[in-house]
Amino acid sequence: MTTKAFGLLLAVICSALVSLAAGGHWLGPEAIWHALVMPEADNIDDLLIRGTRASRTLIALVAGASLAVAGGLIQTVTGNPLASPGILGINAGALLALVAGAGLLSLPLAGSGYVAALLGAGLTCGLVWLIAMQGAGRAGPLRLVLAGAALAALFNAISQALLVVDQQGLDAILVWMAGSVAGHSLTGVWPMLVGAVVVMALGVPFLRHLNVLSAGEQTARTVGARVRGLQAIALLATALLAGNAVAMAGSIAFVGLIVPHLARRLLGSDHRCWLPGAAALGAMLLLWGDIVARLVIAPREVPVGVAMTLIGVPFFIGLIRMTGRPHG
Amino acid sequence: MGDMTIRLAGYSRRIAWRPWRLAGLSLLTCVVIALVSLACGRVWLPPGEWLAGLKRGEGAIWLIVTQLRLPRVVLAAEVGGALALSGWILQQVLRNPLASPDTLGLSGGASAAVVAYLALAAGQGGAWVRPVAAIAGALLVVASVYALALRGGRVTPYRLILIGVGMGALAGAVVTLMLIVGRAELASSAYVWLVGSVYGANRADAVTLGGLLALVLLFGVPLIRYALLAPLDDALAAGIGVSVPASRLALIGVASLLAGLAIAWGGAMAFVGLFAPHLARRWVAVSGSAQALAAVAIGASVVMSADLVGRTLFLPLDLPAGIFVAAVGAPFFIGLLIRETRTS
Amino acid sequence: MTSIRADELTLGYGRKTVVEGLTLDVPDGATTVIIGGNGSGKSTLLLALGRLLVPSRGRVLLAGADIQRSPTREIARRLALLPQQPRTPEAMTVRQLVALGRHPYQSWLAQWSQRDERMVERAMQRADVADLADRVVDTLSGGQRQRVWIALAVAQDTPLLLLDEPISFLDPAHQLDVLDLLRTLNRETRKTVVMVLHDLNLAARYGDHIIGMRDGRIVAEGTPETVMTADNVRAIFDLVCRIVPDPCVGTPMCVPVGRAL
Ligand SMILES: Nc1ncnc2c1ncn2[C@@H]1O[C@H](COP(=O)(O)OP(=O)(O)O)[C@@H](O)[C@H]1O
Ligand SMILES: [Mg+2]
Repeated sequence: MTTKAFGLLLAVICSALVSLAAGGHWLGPEAIWHALVMPEADNIDDLLIRGTRASRTLIALVAGASLAVAGGLIQTVTGNPLASPGILGINAGALLALVAGAGLLSLPLAGSGYVAALLGAGLTCGLVWLIAMQGAGRAGPLRLVLAGAALAALFNAISQALLVVDQQGLDAILVWMAGSVAGHSLTGVWPMLVGAVVVMALGVPFLRHLNVLSAGEQTARTVGARVRGLQAIALLATALLAGNAVAMAGSIAFVGLIVPHLARRLLGSDHRCWLPGAAALGAMLLLWGDIVARLVIAPREVPVGVAMTLIGVPFFIGLIRMTGRPHG
Repeated sequence: MGDMTIRLAGYSRRIAWRPWRLAGLSLLTCVVIALVSLACGRVWLPPGEWLAGLKRGEGAIWLIVTQLRLPRVVLAAEVGGALALSGWILQQVLRNPLASPDTLGLSGGASAAVVAYLALAAGQGGAWVRPVAAIAGALLVVASVYALALRGGRVTPYRLILIGVGMGALAGAVVTLMLIVGRAELASSAYVWLVGSVYGANRADAVTLGGLLALVLLFGVPLIRYALLAPLDDALAAGIGVSVPASRLALIGVASLLAGLAIAWGGAMAFVGLFAPHLARRWVAVSGSAQALAAVAIGASVVMSADLVGRTLFLPLDLPAGIFVAAVGAPFFIGLLIRETRTS
Repeated sequence: MTSIRADELTLGYGRKTVVEGLTLDVPDGATTVIIGGNGSGKSTLLLALGRLLVPSRGRVLLAGADIQRSPTREIARRLALLPQQPRTPEAMTVRQLVALGRHPYQSWLAQWSQRDERMVERAMQRADVADLADRVVDTLSGGQRQRVWIALAVAQDTPLLLLDEPISFLDPAHQLDVLDLLRTLNRETRKTVVMVLHDLNLAARYGDHIIGMRDGRIVAEGTPETVMTADNVRAIFDLVCRIVPDPCVGTPMCVPVGRAL
């Protein structure tokens, strides 16, 4: 296990370094070292790394890890392999906030986008929880997912209506919908980075309980788990992580849906192993997606979501075909 | 309420009264919505007036109703009903309440094919190219999902779902890629199609789709009873003499054809295939053909009303029905969820 | 009469072999009870007899023909199988589920013949679930559900019944009801019954033929009197016991003493 963990960590670090080096203008190890340790204000390489590549590397790392963990959490809570953070309405809420902000209030996507998307994601998620909690029955996972899917559909419809009526911002929005980790300054990344790290660190003590939760509600209750509380915590973490990531990197659904399956198949069904593993795999997938995205048709860029999907799907399908159904 | 049994020579069937009554009610709603849709539009035609117009068989009213509104209403009903039935079958076969035509990558495949056509050869080759491309794309993706999920001559619902999700994502990525690197006007022209609409439907569309759907149903309806068995254990189903792999393949085939056809003419209105079956399940509690029929009626009603809203509420704009499918269906569904007193 | 026998069966899951080279002749028109510890391969054997598990070697012969090569519908008219713990489908009523037993006799046109109706009503009565006919199955208790599954197997109206632990979730009274029902079916219509039971005393009382399994092999086989000896029970279960005659019917009864060390 430790070798696997070590290997994953090493792979993530290497991927991050490649991400710093790769681009239309390749940079060597010494240039990276120079830029990270003793940057100079007038060195072009340093500016390139600190100005664009460092921020997109960080965003890819954090967003990939966050989305993968969020996806793993929602799949455990709902017990459904089809669940992804998007099903809580996070992506739809963020999109609506962006579209409404850009279309109705003419807010610039670049500056206020993060805040608007984060707000939209958070509000939608809260609304889904409220709807699911209504009625005499308690918020069962299926109700939650259905409420989320319904609300997501509704919000997407409203966004679409706005976009069809007013195609002004369509291009920018399309880019956001396809996902993009570029175009942020290094200082703009910190709030997202800190948020994700804090949520993940706070979540570590709960990993143990997730194993109990995945054994099914009844079993979890009989061994003394507070199922509703755990579900609420897991959902809150999902919303925060995914909302944060989506707000920064755009509507990337694929990581949250597929990386948890990859991680479970590679690392077994213990949440203490596979959920951190999913974080590493998600980070790596997004990093490589971004690297490929900026290389294949340089100087133009393929959307990172697209590149990542094209890389990830063959892996994923191969793995599913090779292994049987994981336990649990 | 008792049940009814029909026996005529070789034909026999048991009909549970309550589910069929509920299914009948949803069918009635569907008809009412269709009539209202025919009456509404840029000019409001009271039912009496258009009936009279129809009887005359000519004139402006006759033209508006039969040439403009009827094809569109019929096409909307066909698209909605087919997507709903497809979703219902898939939710049974895949044993997953979140399954829909999207789950197997159907909408993704169709969208990718259509966007590729719009990007490479828009407008060339006549009106039939687009639907054919959509169906071909959808079926190609489903076939590869099925082939990839095969192991030892069998597929399991679980593997199908995962591989379907993967292929769907792949198709989605291809769509996005083409939209972003393609010509500037591609995005907006493809976008309306991706949202889903029955705009500009003519008689040939409605008749062709209707005929093709009828053909699929000819094979599909006898299979419905296998869809009822799908949630059972494989062992149990095999024990009562059902060939599980064959019936699974046949049902997936029927569901794919239904959704592929609907998407080809109506665009990717994903929401219908997911939600109409759930509404039907909550309306007709007991699973059976009546529930399937209710799903069809609900799907048809939702798309018809969505189209009605799209073309009347925002005059002079004519907005794609796909937008309002969710806008009409989602609040209804959320209300149902909230009102629901007990869940299993 | 439909006879079933297993010929040099080797069974397993994936690479794991569970049963190796097992040959078995199920006596016609009799009640055969399989006993054995958990994981000894009873369910595996029953699945293979019911054609649901493809043997890696050997054959199962139903009326002389290889069961894997016969049409599955045809087999379903001759053999009904109740798996150990079937998943409960949502939203099906008891009557709908029991009516599935008539599936092998139906076509798309003829979905509810008079005979179907009669057999289903009778099966529900016999399994004592007629009162529950319009209830949805997943709202029933475990034992009620178990009786619904039994009704389904009975409605299938086959000369051969394979049942995996049919009474495990039932109260003592319904346990006897089900066993009596199976005995009646066996006596009246000469149905062959093969079932897995964990209650040795009921096994001895209701079985004509007992098969004791351990580690995928048949350790003892024969009438209750020959199989139910202290030595055999020890060999099958590692259990030390004393055998006394059943005070009601005189069949051997096993009084456990303790675990063999
Ligand atoms: N689906 C399966 N996959 C792998 N191994 C199995 C499977 N089902 C049963 N086994 C194994 O086969 C052996 C026999 O199981 P089974 O026939 O169910 O025993 P029992 O006598 O309790 O009914 C056990 O060791 C069990 O672990
Ligand atoms: Mg067993």
